[in-house]
Amino acid sequence: MKKSIIPGALTMVACAAASAGAATLDDVKARGKLNCGTNTGLVGFAAPDANGDWQGFDVAVCRAVAAAVLGDSSAVEFVPTTGKTRFTALASGEIDMLVRNTTWTFSRDVDLKFTFVGVNYYDGQGFMVPKALGVSSAKELDGATVCIQTGTTTELNLADFFRVNNISYEPVPIETNEQAQQQYLAGACDVYTTDASGLAATRATFEDPSAHVVLPEIISKEPLGPLVRHGDDEWADIVRWTLNALIAAEEYGVTSANIDELTATVTTNPEVNRLLGTEGALGGMLGLSPDWAVKAIKAGGNYGELFEKYIGQNTPIGLARGLNAQWTDGGLMYAPPFR
Amino acid sequence: MTSHPDLPRETFRLRMLIFDTRYRSLTIQIVTLAGFMLLVSWMISNTVQNLAELGKPIEFGFLGNQAQYDINQTLIAYTSRDTHLRAAVVGLLNTLLVAFLGCALATVMGVTIGVLRLSRNWLVARLMTVYVEIFRNVPVLLWILFFMAILIESLPPPNAFRGEDATASMLLGDSVALTNRGFYIPEPLFSRSLGDLSVFGAFEISLDLVAFLAVLAAGLWVSARIRARADRIQNRTGLRPTTWYLRLGVVVLPLLILLAALGFHLGYPELRGFNFRGGIYMRNSLIALWLALSFYTAAFIAEIVRGGILAISKGQTEAAAALGLRPNRIMSLVILPQALRVIIPPLISQYLNLTKNSSLAIAVGYMDITGTLGGITMGQTGRELECVLLMMLFYLAISLVISTAMNWYDARVRLVER
Repeated sequence: MKKSIIPGALTMVACAAASAGAATLDDVKARGKLNCGTNTGLVGFAAPDANGDWQGFDVAVCRAVAAAVLGDSSAVEFVPTTGKTRFTALASGEIDMLVRNTTWTFSRDVDLKFTFVGVNYYDGQGFMVPKALGVSSAKELDGATVCIQTGTTTELNLADFFRVNNISYEPVPIETNEQAQQQYLAGACDVYTTDASGLAATRATFEDPSAHVVLPEIISKEPLGPLVRHGDDEWADIVRWTLNALIAAEEYGVTSANIDELTATVTTNPEVNRLLGTEGALGGMLGLSPDWAVKAIKAGGNYGELFEKYIGQNTPIGLARGLNAQWTDGGLMYAPPFR
Repeated sequence: MTSHPDLPRETFRLRMLIFDTRYRSLTIQIVTLAGFMLLVSWMISNTVQNLAELGKPIEFGFLGNQAQYDINQTLIAYTSRDTHLRAAVVGLLNTLLVAFLGCALATVMGVTIGVLRLSRNWLVARLMTVYVEIFRNVPVLLWILFFMAILIESLPPPNAFRGEDATASMLLGDSVALTNRGFYIPEPLFSRSLGDLSVFGAFEISLDLVAFLAVLAAGLWVSARIRARADRIQNRTGLRPTTWYLRLGVVVLPLLILLAALGFHLGYPELRGFNFRGGIYMRNSLIALWLALSFYTAAFIAEIVRGGILAISKGQTEAAAALGLRPNRIMSLVILPQALRVIIPPLISQYLNLTKNSSLAIAVGYMDITGTLGGITMGQTGRELECVLLMMLFYLAISLVISTAMNWYDARVRLVER
């Protein structure tokens, strides 16, 4: 009986599917707002400030994309997601893109059907312990109670690290960074483990940050970056090249301070001209206005400016550039040519 | 009905389906059913097609893949090398554990509070009213978080037990440690253990436990026979022989002999390294969840018990009192057995509620089935639909089993009417 109904239903589905496959860019433009998935609150990367405005290094990527697409860096609807809910939110179309300290891994890229468009922070998993414990290496953590955000790659790395080193531990699964912080500070767990940048950001909010140490071991590679759904390459290109524009802008010395000047007078560097839309038609190829990159860079600054403003050494989080320096300075940040 | 051959037989015409009231209601129902089926099949095929378009057709093969994550509380052996399916089973057992503990404590508390709320003592009755109103009117999730917060913030960390100037100390002759990571209590150990029995190589059952339960069951059976004999003597002679020492003896003595034979001793928790080692470790997530679910459900059960007792006519109490029974015997021999008929059906729903509410476990990081299958497995494999379907199936199965068992019990205690 079901068989006889299904052909009729299938035609209805076919119509629905045709419209569902439409471009994310059109949806965002029609909505007038970019839905961007972020952390529920990790100071420096994504957290609401005292006025309730979302601020941070990941948030800045959302704002740059909104500026490039809609011309307004505030036209962003921030959707806080946890380690467990983030992928469902993206796959279901609740958000257009996800920038949430999410590690680029094979299975997420291939099996979960997402497209990672680049890396905005090269990270690795670390451990934080109270100084009073007197621990100096992660290998001394035999029998320790470890707080961990559930549903993350850190959970899997942790299991592997302790198994390979043949030591035991007691995992305490936690839903959000705030809960982990509460349990860790109350002594309900000895160790908090997450990406080293996340540890630094969390420690910065402590009353006495100097009473806690981040252990030297970095037990994994965690390339963190924005991602979008499979199947909309045009949208992936927009997010990818907005991020690249921020990185390239730092390399070419384009800052939020001098960008107006550089745009007004055509410079001698053709690559800068193409980036800023004063030469060529790169913006049109993306389906955006010629000055898309200018708007993106003006939203918060180039990659280096964002880094220094939110997580750099002059902030409470105090992260060194390290791997995240430009390739010209010995780091891994490398934007493909704007050509 | 008899047929009337004289009446002309009415021929059925198609339009009677609409204009004849005898058939119209049937027609409407069939059309509605067809429409509903169409809607359901459209939803199913739509989902299947959209998932296939996303490149994620529905399939359950991922359950056989390596889980790669650790679970802190496992009732059967589990390592991160095992499959997602086994992780799901570990979570399922954790759900059953907290549901069982919760139902047991909630029943004891609920019956006590329900009876006490009817106490003639003004203070006791008011206190119980306050308890019921407080727990009934605040969502259970808040209670779970509240109990967890109390455990974490008020109890000392294991560190506090260390060193010369320890700020915390163990209770009951250094055998119990209450920390903000959970409670450590002594564990039973056997120096001449019978070992474990492997079931299909999937999990192991302790033979010590099996032997203990077998002896206990045998003791209880003999005890029941002694009671039946006492009943017979009472019916015949009107005098009830004193049997409590006999009944206690047949239950306790064989158990003591068995424990001695197995070399029973207690393993005390000891502070070693970062944590206490040894003993039974009850995690604070389990305790918080267990207490919150029990306290919350107990408030509802108390009201059900109170309602059941109030449903029994006051004449029953007075008649029993006139026979010279004491108040507590009136309650246990006359009122409660009759009230059970009223109490049990709504009690079933409370057990079901408690079991389903245990899925809030993730709020405190208890690894039940929503934490393993519906949490980490779902997050790592991206198989949302499959995981949610499986979880719904699990909860449905658990609920049906509880309902069946309770309905069977209900049928047993129902008043036999003649």
